[in-house]
Amino acid sequence: MTPDLRDFQLDGGVGEAPAGVRASGTHQASDSISAVLDALAPAFGIVPERGAAGSGTRRRTWLDTFDWRLNRAGLALTYEHARHGGRLLLTAKTGRDGTSQDGTSQAEQPAPGWQPRRPALAEDLPGGPVKDRIAKLAAPRALLPVVTTSTTVSVNRLTNPDGKTVARLIVEASTVTHAGVTVSLPARLTIAEVRGYPAQARRAARLLADAPGVAPATRSLMAEALSALRRHPADYTNSVDAEITAQMPAPVAVATLLLRLLDTLEQNVDGVIRDIDTEFLHDLRVSVRRTRSAIKLLGDVLPAGLAEQYGPEFKWLGDLTTPTRDLDVHLLGLPAMAEQLRAASPEDLEPFRAFLARRRAREFKTLATAMRSPRFRTLTDHWRKALVEVRDAATPRRQKAPRKQKTAAELATTRTARVFRKVTAQGGAITNDSKPESLHDLRKRCKELRYLLEFFAPLYDPVAYKKVVGDLKQLQDCLGEFQDSEVQREEIRVLADAMLADRAAPAATLLAMGEIAAQLAESQVQARADFSRRFARFAGPEGQQRVRTLLEEAVSTQ
Amino acid sequence: VKIYATYNIKGGVGKTTAAVNLAYLSANDGNRTLLWDLDPQGAASFLFRIKPRVKGGGRALIRGTKTLDAAIKGTDFDDLDLLPADFTYRNMDLLLGGTNTKPTRRIAQLLRPLADEYDHVFLDCPPSISLVSENVMHAADVLLVPIIPTTLSLRTLDQLTEFVAGFNGHRPEVRAFFSMADRRKKLHREIIQDLSSERAMVSPTAIPSLSVIERMSVERAPVTAFAPRTQAARAYRTLWAELTSAEPGPAEVRAIRAPATASSEGLGRLA
Repeated sequence: MTPDLRDFQLDGGVGEAPAGVRASGTHQASDSISAVLDALAPAFGIVPERGAAGSGTRRRTWLDTFDWRLNRAGLALTYEHARHGGRLLLTAKTGRDGTSQDGTSQAEQPAPGWQPRRPALAEDLPGGPVKDRIAKLAAPRALLPVVTTSTTVSVNRLTNPDGKTVARLIVEASTVTHAGVTVSLPARLTIAEVRGYPAQARRAARLLADAPGVAPATRSLMAEALSALRRHPADYTNSVDAEITAQMPAPVAVATLLLRLLDTLEQNVDGVIRDIDTEFLHDLRVSVRRTRSAIKLLGDVLPAGLAEQYGPEFKWLGDLTTPTRDLDVHLLGLPAMAEQLRAASPEDLEPFRAFLARRRAREFKTLATAMRSPRFRTLTDHWRKALVEVRDAATPRRQKAPRKQKTAAELATTRTARVFRKVTAQGGAITNDSKPESLHDLRKRCKELRYLLEFFAPLYDPVAYKKVVGDLKQLQDCLGEFQDSEVQREEIRVLADAMLADRAAPAATLLAMGEIAAQLAESQVQARADFSRRFARFAGPEGQQRVRTLLEEAVSTQ
Repeated sequence: VKIYATYNIKGGVGKTTAAVNLAYLSANDGNRTLLWDLDPQGAASFLFRIKPRVKGGGRALIRGTKTLDAAIKGTDFDDLDLLPADFTYRNMDLLLGGTNTKPTRRIAQLLRPLADEYDHVFLDCPPSISLVSENVMHAADVLLVPIIPTTLSLRTLDQLTEFVAGFNGHRPEVRAFFSMADRRKKLHREIIQDLSSERAMVSPTAIPSLSVIERMSVERAPVTAFAPRTQAARAYRTLWAELTSAEPGPAEVRAIRAPATASSEGLGRLA
């Protein structure tokens, strides 16, 4: 069988039952299917085909990383359940007119012993073409089950007056089960062409398109299944994406933004506590840092006392997560470091890796305990309540506020301009002889500037914004490299001491660690050398003009 | 790709039923299979409910203005396609004779582009001695010869073997099997018994003469598909298993080849 001619779907799926009727979607579907068969009957004989290739019931689980890396790369990974070991199937989305249809096959491989319900790192997949395609893309994230569907496929032969099969009607009835409730999805219909009979297949597709209750299928089955669970593909991102408008009163804008950061933070809690992969903690920390910056730079527009109360609490949370993250960074960077060793061999680092892993396990326990603590729950719950109050208090629109209140755009431009001035002043004062601390300080200011830009991104011209943030990012990378190399080198020294104290440090390992420290020192020198060029590009006369224009336009388009 | 051709100079000996059933069994095993109905009567096409018509007729195919690929139709069965007959095939000798180079190799040449697409190709050849049959013999890897258990049929089989043995280069392997065998006839039983044990090229499996095989034209499907448990279907399955597993070794192949000269005259002696 054959290229599929076109996908259709029957409406009358989820949530479309007439009011008051708790419709089993299946009943409705079978009514609609008889309507479809009626539409085809004048032109074709219709004969159910038992045991046709591809008929029967199949269960599929879609897999992706928490931040939808495969989906964003235009790929879909499914696990096809089977009694004796399933298989993994990778497809690319090549839908007509850019819709996310179920796409063409890219790779497949058996996956014996794989349990799709349990998250697993891509690198832990059994070897095969699917793993080869996705391991790099997904790393260091784990593959999680997104949604599981069960599909019953039935095939009907469409025959001509000689009784010859000239096309097939394939009906796929799917259900998705979540939290014990099974929901029927709109049945999908496909006309499959029989070789040498293209006109008949086209005719069948035309009749199908005109049949009552039939519409072209525009979404993939995964999207359909997620929609039944009130979700949609790519529904997580750690970018700020707050819904802020230029005219919004400043307190509302800040509360909206902080609520959005709190959402992201909370979305990552479960993944952190279950220790699914390292990036949950990373994203959680980013949310905490952004929250702290927002409190520091914008908190004065919130009701009095709020910033003072929550600033220290978020510092506690940030500090709590630091030891585990630092060790994660060492562990994640180790393979690349090992590859660059010249004198020592990669195996020499194994005791170091093992030591890091033990420490990490210990630190993680402390972290997980704190994340389950009442203090943490109280922090997030009360913070949310306070922010919602601020947001909703100002929401009912009165005719013209009695006293002139600052708008989001005004707040954004004044605060951003202020931090930008600090960046240009501090950075401009840095010479070749400046102490490392001056670069560390500049890094902090740059981070604040970056966050401010991101908080209010919807107010700016996207093209100009991209250019400014792009140059800033390059500068930040350089400053980050400079400081992180130093910090990590210092940490390696401390870790080496600790390993010696634990008698866990063979000489070869210490030598290899020394080589890594040397590599880090080398990167730091390199970063220092790059600094003035990167700074000039971002904050030189042209760069300053770009930022001025960006901010002015945000105000003028109010 | 492996090319099988059913051939016999006589008509009505079970060529088409063999081609249709063996092609079905091949596809049923998961082999991508093509059956080319070369007989202008179009019996194989009829049995698969496909109209015996090719756009542009045999002329377009032989001249190459239409590729075989474009004329192929899917049957109702997975992995089994058919290249239909066309009434213009009755003039195929003339068409083949009209091609400039190597008129006896034209069909082999036309099939070459399909080599990657199919695992097995079956050629259902019209009963004749002609340029068409010589083409088929050159194209085929295995020449399947249904024979009725009579002494005369054996003579023609010998002549055919001799003729094929005289080919230069590629020679098809000749495999004969008894068709329309009537177990109630003593002569049939004796000939089947003697011959299949005497000659490696003759299969010990005989396709019986049974009405269920005739019913194929009513059901318009291979007997192996609509009545898979009948004696007839079993016989075809055994024959197919023999063809695919127990290939005769090189020694046996050599034994059945007598030296002769390859020419159309040689084929003429079969008459």
